[in-house]
Amino acid sequence: MIAVIDYGAGNIFSVKNALAFLGFEGKLTGNAADIRTADHLILPGVGAFPDAMRMLAERGLIEAIRTEAAAGKPLLGICLGMQILFERGFEFGETQGLGLIDGFVDKLEPPPGENLKIPHMGWDSMEVVNPTPVSRTVTNGDMVYFVHSYKAVTPRENISLLACYGQEVPALVFRGNVYGAQFHPEKSGDVGLNILRSFAEL
Amino acid sequence: MLAKRIIPCLDVKDGKVVKGVNFLELKDVGDPVACAVEYNRQGADEVVFLDIMASHEGRGTMVDVVRRTAEKVFIPLTVGGGIRTADDFHDLLRAGADKVSVNSAAVVNPSILSEAAYRFGNQCVVIAIDGKRVGTDDDPDSPRYGKSKFHVFTEGGRRDSGLDVVRWARKAESLGAGEILLTSMDTDGTKAGFDLEMLNAVCEAVSIPVIASGGGGSLESFVEVFEETNADAALAASIFHYGEYEVNDVKAALRAAHVPVR
Repeated sequence: MIAVIDYGAGNIFSVKNALAFLGFEGKLTGNAADIRTADHLILPGVGAFPDAMRMLAERGLIEAIRTEAAAGKPLLGICLGMQILFERGFEFGETQGLGLIDGFVDKLEPPPGENLKIPHMGWDSMEVVNPTPVSRTVTNGDMVYFVHSYKAVTPRENISLLACYGQEVPALVFRGNVYGAQFHPEKSGDVGLNILRSFAEL
Repeated sequence: MLAKRIIPCLDVKDGKVVKGVNFLELKDVGDPVACAVEYNRQGADEVVFLDIMASHEGRGTMVDVVRRTAEKVFIPLTVGGGIRTADDFHDLLRAGADKVSVNSAAVVNPSILSEAAYRFGNQCVVIAIDGKRVGTDDDPDSPRYGKSKFHVFTEGGRRDSGLDVVRWARKAESLGAGEILLTSMDTDGTKAGFDLEMLNAVCEAVSIPVIASGGGGSLESFVEVFEETNADAALAASIFHYGEYEVNDVKAALRAAHVPVR
């Protein structure tokens, strides 16, 4: 069973639908016991960094996620769920994240002179920086669907897939069994579904 | 590089696609779910359902269409038509929509935009604007002095709200809209090309993405809208409905013109 962690943020139904379409059992749950018994964890999220951490804390899920991730259980954060995997976020002030991947999350700023719209919204291409089991079906130039105004800042060794939007935008990050997708694999057509399948097969 | 998006739109009434869709190999051409699946196969970057009946009673039908589509189609889904309250957003988002577009209700009650943005995030709030030329801007203080003046029309184009399209677009952005779906009533249905003048006026005034709508009738019109304006996406209905072109034909034409597409 794949626990899709429901803590009051985001369109979690799309993640569950995509897993069902691929033939995997996803369970929407906000329960620490389910997080412990699940084979895989998916941490979705739409909204703001501090709210997401507060809602996880209120539901008593932070320790359960950290413990299971440390024990080697595959974890995939999506969008804001990816951002809170890092140590710190700077959306509405500084907030502690889950600290599962080194780095922090900061505002996406268009470089001076470049007229780029924020949020970074739509289909954008990625390049493979470090091949991982989850990125195994991805080739350079594959496009996925992004919607975000903040980005991860993390050492190169933690980046599997990289997008570029006037600056480097880590698209898939990882450390060991912990993965984070800045894009929405559940909304990225076949490219995204293949990434979800690779994760579910870990 | 961020791709320019091509978005087919399906008009839905009582759970059925209104205009007969001319897909080969598709048995139920009136089924919006089957049509969305087909557009996904053709390479659509997003699908829009427009509820043209949009009465309170019809709402449940649309929620069901969205729910069934979201089980099979894994690209962004936008739903519009008859949205009156932020609670309408809630029902559609829960069913699997990624964005909800609001038109007349926002003109009457602009706070629906800020309320929906606060509750669900800017990324899912689309302001749909139906614009039409109403003469020339004769205000010497206006940055558009001497150029066309566009008004926002509501109630499916029946009522002139008196609002200026560019000012309304800017206000909607400031209230929390995350995207603008800009339909030209002058070019809609003509297949004569998108309304480049109105698109440029709005694109220059806002910093959120703008979807061009109305007039996309040839492959050239799609190339033109991305070469001549800063639009982020183009929406069309009949060019795809009647099977004249597949979404991928439009993308091939764009690719040949060096417009970035998926």
